[in-house]
Amino acid sequence: MPLAEGISFDLTVIWAFLIAFSVLVYVVLDGFDLGLGMLFALERKREDRDVMMNSVAPVWDGNETWLVLGGGGLFAAFPLAYALILPAVYVPVIAMLLALIFRGVAFEFRWRTERWKPLWDVAFIGGSALAALSQGIILGALLQGIEIDKAARAYSGGWWDWLTPFTFAVGLGVMAGYMLLGACWLVLKTTGELQNRMRRWAMLFAPLTVAFIAVVSLWTPFLQEGYYSRWFTGWGWGLAGVVGVLTAAAFFGLLTRLRMASAELSPFLLALALFILCFGGLGVSMFPYIVPTEVTIWEAAAPEKSQLFMLVGAGILIPIILAYTAFAYWVFRGKIDADTGYH
Amino acid sequence: MFETFDATFLARLQFAFTVSFHFLFPAFTIGLASYLAVLNALWLATKQERFLNLFRYWVKIFALAFAMGVVSGIVMSYQFGTNWSVFSDKAGPVIGAPMAYEVLSAFFLEAGFLGIMLFGRDRVGPGLHMAATAMVAVGTFISAFWILSVNSWMHTPAGFSIDPETGQFLPEDFWQIIFNPSFPYRLMHTVTAAYLTTAFIVGGVAAWHLLRHRRRGELASAESRTMFSMAMWMAAIVAPIQIFLGDAHGLNTLEHQPVKVMAMEGHYESHPDGAPLYLFGWPNDETQTLDYAVGIPKLSSLILKHDLNAPLDGLDTVPDEDQPPVFIVFWAFRIMVMIGFAMLGLGLWSLAARAKGRLYDWPMLHRAAVLMGPSGLVAVLAGWVTTEVGRQPFTVYGLLRTADSAAPLDAPAVGASLMAFIVVYFAVFGAGTWYILRLMGHEPSPAEPRLKDVTTGPTRAAGRSPVPDAPKED
Repeated sequence: MPLAEGISFDLTVIWAFLIAFSVLVYVVLDGFDLGLGMLFALERKREDRDVMMNSVAPVWDGNETWLVLGGGGLFAAFPLAYALILPAVYVPVIAMLLALIFRGVAFEFRWRTERWKPLWDVAFIGGSALAALSQGIILGALLQGIEIDKAARAYSGGWWDWLTPFTFAVGLGVMAGYMLLGACWLVLKTTGELQNRMRRWAMLFAPLTVAFIAVVSLWTPFLQEGYYSRWFTGWGWGLAGVVGVLTAAAFFGLLTRLRMASAELSPFLLALALFILCFGGLGVSMFPYIVPTEVTIWEAAAPEKSQLFMLVGAGILIPIILAYTAFAYWVFRGKIDADTGYH
Repeated sequence: MFETFDATFLARLQFAFTVSFHFLFPAFTIGLASYLAVLNALWLATKQERFLNLFRYWVKIFALAFAMGVVSGIVMSYQFGTNWSVFSDKAGPVIGAPMAYEVLSAFFLEAGFLGIMLFGRDRVGPGLHMAATAMVAVGTFISAFWILSVNSWMHTPAGFSIDPETGQFLPEDFWQIIFNPSFPYRLMHTVTAAYLTTAFIVGGVAAWHLLRHRRRGELASAESRTMFSMAMWMAAIVAPIQIFLGDAHGLNTLEHQPVKVMAMEGHYESHPDGAPLYLFGWPNDETQTLDYAVGIPKLSSLILKHDLNAPLDGLDTVPDEDQPPVFIVFWAFRIMVMIGFAMLGLGLWSLAARAKGRLYDWPMLHRAAVLMGPSGLVAVLAGWVTTEVGRQPFTVYGLLRTADSAAPLDAPAVGASLMAFIVVYFAVFGAGTWYILRLMGHEPSPAEPRLKDVTTGPTRAAGRSPVPDAPKED
């Protein structure tokens, strides 16, 4: 088992972690944006929708940039993986990109027209839902494995290979998880009736999310031999047990805190914890493969020179980015009130 | 239906379509971000309301154009992998790093400070708001720096070696990779083009309002006059600089990509004693002739070599399979140059009008400015087509052929996505352009609407505005 063979913390491993970090930050930040977009479908009152959208209007663009860093980082640090994976998930990637167009422009267009406002609301909902579904499907397709011709350094499957019950289960799970994040974000950012309804939505989507986590987690080990042996042999059992217990703890904590009227930040943090646990589990399943279980991170890595050159920039710039991103969130901290701006 | 086309051709169409659409937005917003920073600085320095009103006016338009640039840009960052995976695998070790630097140093900067620029004036105070506005402008420039470096490397690759086993380009010297031979010229020429594009759009909008007021027999607002004057200063000063930069870029291209220049000039034949400058012609790649050619003898040699009798090689020295499609390059180049000189003409005209004291009172000048409003966008696209089609049939010039760069996708897959992009782009960006034009259609005025929202967040007041479209916070 490759994991046991001693991990040297070389540049390639650092880059694998950096890209995983970007994807995680993306999933968490744009996750609540996209979840909020899907919750639009359940909240039909115009004032509520305005408040919901305004709670992310100043930050959504920055949130989405982490997706560009994830993709761009993969291209730069693991060009072979980028070249193998993206053609394999061509349809869901294009669907995600188109969905993100509808979602993104809705932020601006919605305020520019009275007559067509409902149309851009639909674009916001549909774009958010399709982007979330596609992201889950892409993850599922990567987990279930893609067909490659290693000698030709090329994807060798068909353009519908990604379409399986498993990938759809992951896609629906991501949708549910994003809606949970979105609802918890709005618990933090709103007041009154809207906040109460968001608590109720979160209570609905929390068990749904955990159910999908359970299904996908139990399904994954049977997709490829490597996953099974990692989770269900030797110390894998122990690890699986720890992840399971922590997930259960986060889940019950979340349900408890959602019932407490004074708890506003903690539900969001606990929902985040669920995502981080899932992400950690994914990492355990996949490492050190970047295309499971065909290509390792070292096989796909860009030359050391490229990775080092980028690491200098990333090492300086990522802390600065995190600092001014935090500053932007701090500037727009606090509740979004429905009354302001509407007298 | 797509089986009749090959997948690579469809992938090229898709890339050309999506990049052309995308390019229009940054071409406008690079200049507009700087314009907004200047307006805000003038407001803070002079406390003249007209600058603040202009800032509020253009920031709404900026928000729309920037959002469209962002969402169409994300498509580009993934399309290298989805449709050009072989190119990505081979060139990734070299160009991946500068592209990652673009994300880290530019995209985050723009996105991080955009929210404060749009919504935060009253939350952070004037100083920090000014800083955020400047950061957005700086971010757009840094973004142009990196992406044009990558693009230039594809034209004039440098600082690399090739892995004999995998065929990958390996970095040897990142300084040489980033500052490859065509990069300084391309960067200056393209960024200047973006500034001119913005100046002409601003000038066109201003002229439109000057004309409308004249028809009604009233005086245009101070805001309209101010922005017309600022735009015309830009035209008069920057258009000649741009022509000079374009010439320098052309000479650089002649040195590194002579075949592209042959196509731009329509030189199928070699000219041992001075080449003519063709003003018109109908390039025919089949017969390798320029039909119906109208040219000025020896002028091309004078421009390119600064010598009437200097010999210039033609496409007859280049194998057919290494030639770009001449017709597109030849005509795209002419469109760009014609617009460049028309811009210079309008700039000079505005100087004359200023000298006569008729800058705000010369309807023909204003009509010309309205007509020229979108000219920068056309010129930028034409220039882009000239250089990119001129790079064909290679993705990495002289080293990696376009035909060997594409992803192993079935034609129906690419055909379907191409159709989807065309439908979505025209519908969505068509609507966005309409909203921008509608904002431009009402005049910036002392009552330039903004939202009262200082305490809780970026909410907008749908009910407070006299116009049906709800104005947005600045």
